Amino acid sequence: MKPCLLTVSSKVFIQRDYSSGTICKFQTKFPSELESRLDKQQFEETMQTLNNLYAEAEKLGGKSYLEGCLACLTAYTIFLCMETHYEKVLKKIARYIKDQNEKIYAPRGLLLTDPIERGLRVVEITIFEDRTISSGR
Amino acid sequence: MHIGESMRECEYSQISTRSSTPMETPHKKRSPKRKKWEAFPGRNKFYCDGRIMMAKQTGVFYLTLVLILVTCGLFFTFDCQYLAKELTPIIPVIGGALFLFVLGTLLRTSFSDPGVLPRATPDEAADLERQIDVANGSTGYRPPPRTKEVVINGQTVKLKYCFTCKIFRPPRASHCSLCDNCVERFDHHCPWVGNCVGRRNYRFFYMFILSLSFLTIFIFAFVITHIILSSHQKGFLSALKDSPASVLEVVVCFFSVWSIVGLSGFHTYLISSNQTTNEDIKGSWSSKRGKDNYNPYSYGNIFTNCCAALCGPLPPSLIDRRGYVEADAPQLAAPTNGITMYGATQSQQSHMAAATPLLQQQTSEPVIITSSTENGTSLPARASLTLGGPCSTFPLGQPTPPTSTPSLSCQEAADVLPIHGHTLNHTYPLQEQAPHHHYLTPEEVPSPPGMLHCGSPLGHSHTVQAGFYNPASQDSLHEDSVRGLVKLSSV
Repeated sequence: MKPCLLTVSSKVFIQRDYSSGTICKFQTKFPSELESRLDKQQFEETMQTLNNLYAEAEKLGGKSYLEGCLACLTAYTIFLCMETHYEKVLKKIARYIKDQNEKIYAPRGLLLTDPIERGLRVVEITIFEDRTISSGR
Repeated sequence: MHIGESMRECEYSQISTRSSTPMETPHKKRSPKRKKWEAFPGRNKFYCDGRIMMAKQTGVFYLTLVLILVTCGLFFTFDCQYLAKELTPIIPVIGGALFLFVLGTLLRTSFSDPGVLPRATPDEAADLERQIDVANGSTGYRPPPRTKEVVINGQTVKLKYCFTCKIFRPPRASHCSLCDNCVERFDHHCPWVGNCVGRRNYRFFYMFILSLSFLTIFIFAFVITHIILSSHQKGFLSALKDSPASVLEVVVCFFSVWSIVGLSGFHTYLISSNQTTNEDIKGSWSSKRGKDNYNPYSYGNIFTNCCAALCGPLPPSLIDRRGYVEADAPQLAAPTNGITMYGATQSQQSHMAAATPLLQQQTSEPVIITSSTENGTSLPARASLTLGGPCSTFPLGQPTPPTSTPSLSCQEAADVLPIHGHTLNHTYPLQEQAPHHHYLTPEEVPSPPGMLHCGSPLGHSHTVQAGFYNPASQDSLHEDSVRGLVKLSSV
């Protein structure tokens, strides 16, 4: 068990992209602070997947209309026993982020914070200065 | 050891800053966990352990509730027996169903989170400030304007920076001065419902006023029927004497019908054109502003707009009322067996620990995992009663300027503002003279005397900030007076 120190070197905030309206979408522009740590492609893939997942959550379609009508008819008591489509997708997103953190970001000393913990305002990427990884401090 | 000493120091200082109770033992590094609703920065009231969320002033909401309950109570007690006997027992059944639906939607509107945006964390706020400074490049006398422009579906929309919440407000969001929160897709603050009406509870609010319209018309019609039928048998005066409550009901319903039905009609129009009350009042998408001005959020046809507003996916609450407050400021971790994490928050430590096998972490205490996500906590909240209320709407985004009193501004607003198909009536408070109170926004409020006339309606944030120093505390007043100037100039 090697002792190690994790210092928060800085945080990068990916803001929302409102060019398509009020739907939840994050900017995919690669921040310069991550250049030394991460592939641009990797980052863009992560962001694009996240955007697609949020689009799926907010999609207007037959399924969401059906859910809405059913909920209205049951005076919204139906949500006592089942969760909304949006919530299901949010869980999916949480799993995806955890997965990405484990596979890609943590080995590079980065941490993605689930946007829902920041009110869907930003994707927060914490950059750690990991002293065990960086040689010679 | 140096690390150990510094940890102990920090530990000691952590304990000393908190109010100590006999229950706190020296081993605890944190005070007993608080739920997030207890530490909520806005001016909201919470009940049932954070499940119910309302505005600070709820007196009018109770009035709404009493009025509905009393009127319906009188109807069921005095009129329904006769009607069930003479006409059909289905009448009380329908009346009962309508009443329950009205109550359900009222409670749902009043108790749910309207779509409050949580305030920015200190790190976020600092990052934004840095970006703004960089973008403007000057730290001179004039504070930089805090707006961002974005093109949505071909329309240029200005995103404003909220000094209170320290975020750039998403499009269609607005800061409610009464609740001191930024609310997504802010429609208005309704005192009758005791809550803001925003993205998450607009459909309940609409269902409420719609069903209340039907209920009012229903009661009105059948009470009249009762009196007429009764007067055929006994004579008019005798009928009135037998059922005095009916007179009260008729009077109340007669005056309510105009307001409530008018309000329903107005909101039907808003829904079909996908606008908020706020936008409609300001005329954001009106063609009067320019030939190319159109609503970028509209889906193009009425049916889709209605479906999207009423049957679209219901977003979860973003503020996680029932989760636990995490230690957010950078701080030292609990003493570990050789592992120390500087600067990382609790949640990050736990995340990193979980995610990184390289960093083998041992803690003498379990690290507190942050509160469950919205999924877990908001479900019970949603399961709670729904509250809604008829809204004498209050699309007040910012507080009125300091020199104008609310009554004064309302009157003047009534002069300035076209009333959207509402008649001014008084007796049924549900509808009340809210019409001219309703659509009062800071922009309609005349500026305080002595202020210079602002020449440019569009760049108001630029022009007014010249000469104004606006620390965060003066933000709301400042923006408010800015809007007053802007409106004057554009009228």
